[in-house]
Amino acid sequence: MAIWADKNTRVIVQGITGREGTFHAIQCRDYGTQVVGGVTPGKGGTTHEGFAVFNSVREAREKAGANCSLIFVPPPFAADAIMESADAGIELIICITEGIPVNDMMRAHDFLRKANARAIMSGAMPSRLIGPNCPGIITPGEAKIGIMPGHIHRPGPIGIVSRSGTLTYEAVGQTRALGQSTAVGIGGDPLPGTNFIDCLAAFESDPATEAIIMIGEIGGSAEEEAAAFVKESVTKPVVAFIAGQTAPPGRRMGHAGAIISGGKGTASEKMAALKAAGIHVVEAPSEMGAKVAEVWKARR
Amino acid sequence: MKVHEYQAKEILRRYGVPTPRGIVAENADDARAAAKELGGRVVVKAQIHAGGRGKGGGVKLAKDADEAAELTKKMIGMTLITHQTGPEGREVRKVLIEEALNIDKELYLGITLDRRIGMPVVMASKQGGMEIEEVAERDPSAIHREAIDGVLGALPFQARSVANALGLTGDAYKKCVDFVQKLMRCYIDTDASLVEINPLMVTKEGNVVALDCKMNFDDNAMFRHKDMAEMRDLNEEDPLEVEASKFGLNYITLDGNVGCMVNGAGLAMATMDIIKLAGGQPANFLDVGGGASAEQVKNAFRIILSDKNVKAILINIFGGIMRCDRIAEGVVSASRDIGLPVPVVVRLEGTNVDLGKEILSNSGLPLITADGMWDAAQKVVAAAQGK
Repeated sequence: MAIWADKNTRVIVQGITGREGTFHAIQCRDYGTQVVGGVTPGKGGTTHEGFAVFNSVREAREKAGANCSLIFVPPPFAADAIMESADAGIELIICITEGIPVNDMMRAHDFLRKANARAIMSGAMPSRLIGPNCPGIITPGEAKIGIMPGHIHRPGPIGIVSRSGTLTYEAVGQTRALGQSTAVGIGGDPLPGTNFIDCLAAFESDPATEAIIMIGEIGGSAEEEAAAFVKESVTKPVVAFIAGQTAPPGRRMGHAGAIISGGKGTASEKMAALKAAGIHVVEAPSEMGAKVAEVWKARR
Repeated sequence: MKVHEYQAKEILRRYGVPTPRGIVAENADDARAAAKELGGRVVVKAQIHAGGRGKGGGVKLAKDADEAAELTKKMIGMTLITHQTGPEGREVRKVLIEEALNIDKELYLGITLDRRIGMPVVMASKQGGMEIEEVAERDPSAIHREAIDGVLGALPFQARSVANALGLTGDAYKKCVDFVQKLMRCYIDTDASLVEINPLMVTKEGNVVALDCKMNFDDNAMFRHKDMAEMRDLNEEDPLEVEASKFGLNYITLDGNVGCMVNGAGLAMATMDIIKLAGGQPANFLDVGGGASAEQVKNAFRIILSDKNVKAILINIFGGIMRCDRIAEGVVSASRDIGLPVPVVVRLEGTNVDLGKEILSNSGLPLITADGMWDAAQKVVAAAQGK
């Protein structure tokens, strides 16, 4: 067991003939992920590095049985790629693309909500979007659907959810001894498709996950909302780190979502909210692994 | 991306949002001519990308064209310090000469994205002219919030609800409804991330006018607004940050003396945090991105070192797809080319890490290697303190 991605997940890559798309499609396949093809409009019917190329997501789903899409389409066209996948009934949409305009994502979310309402009415599975601007999802030993380095992961009991890419790798590196059930990068954008609460709820009901690391950062209020959810609904131990304790207000720290505005979204506010919810908050990013090992051993 | 007040008002006018008549001036003669054209009695407003200009002496009333010229002469070239500029202030290069109107009421209107609900929200308050954060702090109920569908725009009933909340009646009420709808259309169509009209003025004649305007835009959407992208004023930005952005580096200057070079924004913030925990102060935020090629590393080195406060550098790279041996080669070649005027601590982790460490130790360069973030932070802080 794991969450959302496993060895049965059938992945297509949108933008497979691009440089990034090609490289990562091969990396995912080498890891053992079932990459069943890719989509590049106008190049359907050809093969690329051994992958079947389709003209549309719908065609890829019908002919190759894809149920997951990994998106590497450039920012001006990425929201369209997300909506195309949702329209084709793809269950898991993972958008790696960084730099999509907020207005485009607002429209994509709107489209997704309506497409999901239709799917549910007709008895089909709704779509889950992960990202954009994220490293993707990995279930060690089963499927790597994203740009993370596969070899640092080991199967195990720790679920990881993070707004930051390389900081997720840091947490994975620190939990090498225990291993991970699934690691999800939800991305650094202001409007993510999947949020902390979605991941925490999934980890809570996943038998393979026994403890959780949650990595937040400054900006917005997603961590505070997650804290309230953990207090109410999560029984498994949660360790958290918030990046940006030293970030000055009003400066955007790389991610479109990482900005302290109007005195809100500071690391100290988030850390206080998490602590109040019974979450084990570490001050130093180097302590995530040791802390989760400690609470994992002490779990009921 | 930020723009000046005069540019924001130019954008508002394209959408039919009423603003006072105004002309930009860069010297006293132009200011005099502008004031004459606007009827003599004008307001002279310093154009910098920071709020609080009034208190800092950057907004003055002139009774006639000569006084406008006089004020402009004083303002151009002066360093304006406000609570938003920091102690170093900003140099004034342009002023906006604007007709003086008869103020009846000063209100507040703002639009920004509410991330919790994924929709833009119109914020309205009767307490114009004040910082909205202060109002929110003191009396949150004084701010009316109206969530707007980002595709449909402000619907008539929503705009009416805003005008009601502002306590307007009669002609001003109708004009405000129109104002809100047009402003929302402007916000959506220009990919703005913030519009703030503070104050929103109701004149004695019953007109509703944007007396001041601050607009920020979504950088990611500027590819479809070429005309607006040209409004970017590099004089208002940190030259090092501008330089870094040319090489795809995300760099922000801070106050400390420990330079950082990191891949990934989250890890870069976490690296700043751990330096602080180890007793040091980060000199910058720097994300070299996913690539981190030898060329990137070299440019990053150069930019970090051009900050004269830097006493030591920490390179913290978690090589994922990018291999550590390649990064190590980049660090070695950049160090040889640029020289090492300050101690450099390198922490590598990830793919081919052993090979990477070998390259660093065989290079003969005085690079300090570290295992893990905490070790790296302690070593770089000690180095910066000359230990």
